Amino acid sequence: MNGGLTMNLTLLLYLIPSLIMFGCGVYGFMTRKNMIAIMISLELMLNSIDINFVLFNRYLFPDQMEGMFFTLFAIAIAAAETALALAIIINVFRIAKDVDINKINKLKF
Amino acid sequence: MDYSQFLMMPQEIGLLLVFLLVFVYDTFMPSRSQRFLPYFTAILFCVFMFLSFIPPQMGDAFGGMFEANPASWMMKNMLNVGVFIVLLQAIKWSNEDFVSVRRGEFYELLLLTLFGMYLMMSARHFLLFVIGLETASLPIAALTAFEKRYYESHEAAAKYIFTAIFSSAIFMLGVSFVYGLAGSLYFNDIAAAVLGQGSSVLLVAALAFVIAGLGYKLSLVPFHQWTPDVYQGAPTAVTSYLSVISKGAAAFAFMVILVQAFGAAYAQVWQWMLYVVIILTITIGNLFAIRQRNMKRFLAYSSISQAGYIMLGVIAASTVGMASMMYYILVYIFSNLAAFGVIAAIERQSGKVTIDDYNGLFRTNPWMAFTMMLAMFSLGGIPPFAGFFSKFFIFVGAAQTGSVAIYVLVFIALVNTIISLYYYLLVVKAMFIRQDDCAIPYIDSHWTEELAMTMCVLAIVAVGLASGIYTFLSQVTDSVSHIFAHI
Repeated sequence: MNGGLTMNLTLLLYLIPSLIMFGCGVYGFMTRKNMIAIMISLELMLNSIDINFVLFNRYLFPDQMEGMFFTLFAIAIAAAETALALAIIINVFRIAKDVDINKINKLKF
Repeated sequence: MDYSQFLMMPQEIGLLLVFLLVFVYDTFMPSRSQRFLPYFTAILFCVFMFLSFIPPQMGDAFGGMFEANPASWMMKNMLNVGVFIVLLQAIKWSNEDFVSVRRGEFYELLLLTLFGMYLMMSARHFLLFVIGLETASLPIAALTAFEKRYYESHEAAAKYIFTAIFSSAIFMLGVSFVYGLAGSLYFNDIAAAVLGQGSSVLLVAALAFVIAGLGYKLSLVPFHQWTPDVYQGAPTAVTSYLSVISKGAAAFAFMVILVQAFGAAYAQVWQWMLYVVIILTITIGNLFAIRQRNMKRFLAYSSISQAGYIMLGVIAASTVGMASMMYYILVYIFSNLAAFGVIAAIERQSGKVTIDDYNGLFRTNPWMAFTMMLAMFSLGGIPPFAGFFSKFFIFVGAAQTGSVAIYVLVFIALVNTIISLYYYLLVVKAMFIRQDDCAIPYIDSHWTEELAMTMCVLAIVAVGLASGIYTFLSQVTDSVSHIFAHI
């Protein structure tokens, strides 16, 4: 275990796309109007975190598996979150006949 | 594997047992006895609440992933009392026509979120913490959408679930940086790694993401936007649960993470992040509360600013700060639940939730107006009610750090206390001074609701005067001084 983040090139080659992916997720979360598209953006963010953990584990701390296990659990949690969010989106669609967040704005101020 | 480790988590196991019994009752009992399910849950939970006051075996379990210590044990007991009051308040509501078909789910999900909060507070490893966090926050989204016939409930649930996922994504990104930094997810290993870091870019980024992610759960400004909408749209029983129990648990877990895992970065990094966040939270929460007309939105902004006060205990980062924070949460539980008890009873019978509807309430419902008044006085911090003492202790706890910056912070918090008195007294004024010919008629509240309100009122009066409680809490936190080792 080397105790810190030594910048090695292969790690960066994977880390930068992963962070770009997270940024795309945040951008999509902020700008998308369709709830399903927001959900997809959130999935992008969660998956980029999984990549981060796997990377750090594989390149920095290859002698143990903590990051891999975190990733496994994070995937399960992300699946649960998505299932719940989709159920709520379906409920919203049933009652408001729309999944556009500009139409879902009765609660304000 | 050493199964005696489970002896350190009697509260978790007891709660799971309560959950299973409620689940079995809900699934297998004939439909004519289903309407006793709320009573069954409340009684069972009451027994569990008293039993869990027996101190468990303290120590580390599961390789240090789980730590049973006196502070988290007491914190769980305090939350239990709050949950018991919420259960009492919800009984009548959950037996109403539209809710009763799904009432079992309400109680099961409520107990499961509490289980998640238990894990959050005792976790000493980020994997267990994240699992606890999600177990605590996901069922609340389902509970928020519980009033199926109301549009508002669904909108609130959609807003809650999106912000919840977004915030956990931000939080887990922070955790992934921490992992890259320390190579381990155990709080103790992270603390050792942070010690040698100074204030590296990676550490600052990780801390910013961790604070932002948990700030969403605590509804700290600037991560508070979801709070008023969700509080307004959710069923009132869920709102009261969300505003006290989940906030108290998150605040305690937040403090444990910051002082135990990131203690070495206190002076250089996270003290200043929290500093800005606290000033924003208290001030903006207060200013927005002034213009609210809906009681639930009003209490949402009030709870945002109360979260800022709770954070004063975290920024103190000492055993005194932790004791005062736990005391503040205890008092906040009773005060807020008293207010929500009144709101829930009135909303259930008359459907009215705005402040103007409360005009002349004292004439028609003197006891409810009295309860609400005590709650407002306690939230605002008027002596001799408990809220005054909790504010006093938390200011003292923060001021004991001795730095000039914290004195300024305490001063800003004091000024904000005066601002907050204005809007708390607006409610009292509406109830007692303003007259209205069409005031809310006499509300025939159920005895369980009255019992819950009485418990809250007694606690608001007694907790402040019984000085032994604070002394006991400070003894409890003195015994966990090891988590402050790196400050």
